[in-house]
Amino acid sequence: MGLLYTCLKYLVVSLWSIFVIAPFLWAISTSFKDFQSVTNGATYIPWVDFEPTLEGWRALWKSPAKGGVDIVEPFFNSIFVTCAGSLISILLGTLAAYALSRFTFKAGFIRNSDITFFFISQRIMPPVVLAIPFFIMLGKFALLDTLLGLIVVYIVLLMPIAVWIMVDFFNKVPREIDETALIDGCNPYQAFYKVVLPNSIPGIIVAGMFCLIFGWTDFFFSFILTFTEVQLLPVAIVALNSSITPWWSLSAAALVSVAPLIAVAFVVERYLSKGNLSGALK
Amino acid sequence: MSLIASNLCLKADTEYHLNDVCFEMSKGEIYTIIGRTLAGKTTLLKTIAGLIAPDSGTLNLDGSDFGRIPVWKREVAMVYQQFINYPHLSVYENVAFPLKQRGILKTEIHNRVMKSLLQVGLEGFEERKIQALSGGQQQRVALARSLVKEANIVLLDEPLVNLDYKLREQLREEFRNIFTAKASEDAILIYSSTDPVEAMQLGGQILVMDEGRILQQGNAKAVYENPSSAKVSQITNDPAMNLFEGTVAEGKIILSPQIQFDLPRHCQELPPEKYNFGLRAAAITLDEGGFPFTIELSEISGSETFLHLKHEHVKVVGLLDSVQNFNMGETVMARFDTTHLYAFATDGTLKSSPYSGMK
Repeated sequence: MGLLYTCLKYLVVSLWSIFVIAPFLWAISTSFKDFQSVTNGATYIPWVDFEPTLEGWRALWKSPAKGGVDIVEPFFNSIFVTCAGSLISILLGTLAAYALSRFTFKAGFIRNSDITFFFISQRIMPPVVLAIPFFIMLGKFALLDTLLGLIVVYIVLLMPIAVWIMVDFFNKVPREIDETALIDGCNPYQAFYKVVLPNSIPGIIVAGMFCLIFGWTDFFFSFILTFTEVQLLPVAIVALNSSITPWWSLSAAALVSVAPLIAVAFVVERYLSKGNLSGALK
Repeated sequence: MSLIASNLCLKADTEYHLNDVCFEMSKGEIYTIIGRTLAGKTTLLKTIAGLIAPDSGTLNLDGSDFGRIPVWKREVAMVYQQFINYPHLSVYENVAFPLKQRGILKTEIHNRVMKSLLQVGLEGFEERKIQALSGGQQQRVALARSLVKEANIVLLDEPLVNLDYKLREQLREEFRNIFTAKASEDAILIYSSTDPVEAMQLGGQILVMDEGRILQQGNAKAVYENPSSAKVSQITNDPAMNLFEGTVAEGKIILSPQIQFDLPRHCQELPPEKYNFGLRAAAITLDEGGFPFTIELSEISGSETFLHLKHEHVKVVGLLDSVQNFNMGETVMARFDTTHLYAFATDGTLKSSPYSGMK
């Protein structure tokens, strides 16, 4: 029974792994193919089924005039917009979450939990509902088709995630830690950044990861709110999909687009396992 | 140096957390605030620390308005019942934290941290992470951090309550020595506890609290011998003092038709009327010449046995200084040592005490 269970477990995990890894393998394999290898039927193993080439990768740096797809600028635009949006969202979201966790706000029938819900309610609405107001507002402020406009929109979209995660996290940090810091001579700001913040790093990392993922993978708003001046990576990649799709470059670009998230996940995973509050309140 | 609280009040909705609290505390003394859970002990300590602002009333330290000083500028240290430390810092950094906040020189910080760690028995643990310590060690770190500040007022909010029995017993003795030394350094030490035994062991002054109000204040012996009310007698005794209704008539105390005994000497002048009589568990023993009681529960605690006894409406707990087994429902004869009998009026105020006679 035990052996059967183990076999079954491994089988399920293996099938799931194939399901997850197969698209990556497909993209990696395709990124090293050329026109012939892609169009002459299915091929899988390099040097056996097809001769690998770096043509798809080289095209990423070439301008369209020279036969390339040039995703360098959209790539760095994406990094800039996502990082700036995420950083500001985490900064503001963490402060807002700390206030919501530690202080009691009352305005009519509105309480702390209502304010927290108000933040997250913006993520409950379908993005298309927000698109037109964003479009009009950015237009009014001359921020359409600009990086700054996208950053502002991303802050609005990402901050609720940061607030939601961090409120929950701060609620689990004992208030007595803040109080002890105050008694030990910290003013409220020092108590926050010298004691509460260092103990909240796992929560900030989780919130940061979510912000980065949501920001990096956004297509809808970057598509709606940009035209010719600014282009982000998801839009640039989708734009490659045309009647003469260069599948090899498209695959390479797709891999480039997931690489930062994988790198961040590997780095962050170490910090996630490090921090905990077990010594604060046994 | 003296800390004077005048008419401190704090109300949340309809409930008083502090109700007209007044006291005067002097340097070099240990004060134990004893009360049941939700009596207002922690609220009072946090008010003294400056973490809670009272609705009304004042706190004065040496004549200056202590209540106006922000918490981070008060010369106060506090240890919580939970083991509160900074998990991102080592033991050394935890203890040094309040000194670094004051901008004290590194060499002095080092000397004072090492002295505090030595006091609490944690020398050699400087580089350990808090998470790597046991509960008792974590509480020692918190205590070291409170001692290192050399604050004028040290607040200890049930610091032993979350430790296991053995460790609590061990630390209680150690802490008592540390506190006594600390108090002699011209500090005011305020210790809160629900445990009467702990309060009596620490000695010093006792403040009995209930529902946000201070019921009685005095030295430990005086409070033990002459609890001002039936409530105080229950709070300051473990197990709580037995209270039973009775009537004084014709030189006797009548609890029930079967349980009647002569008025003890210190109660002779009680006018004939209804009273609540109090007797500690230790004053109720098994004796063939006693009154018949049914055993409701028998509890062995260490080398003693607590017997929960019932006779009609009279319910008492007796204490035997040996381990004995009894059957539930068994009838035993219990003797009341009336020389230790307290008499409280029906409103709870003390009328007669075995130690000071009539009130």
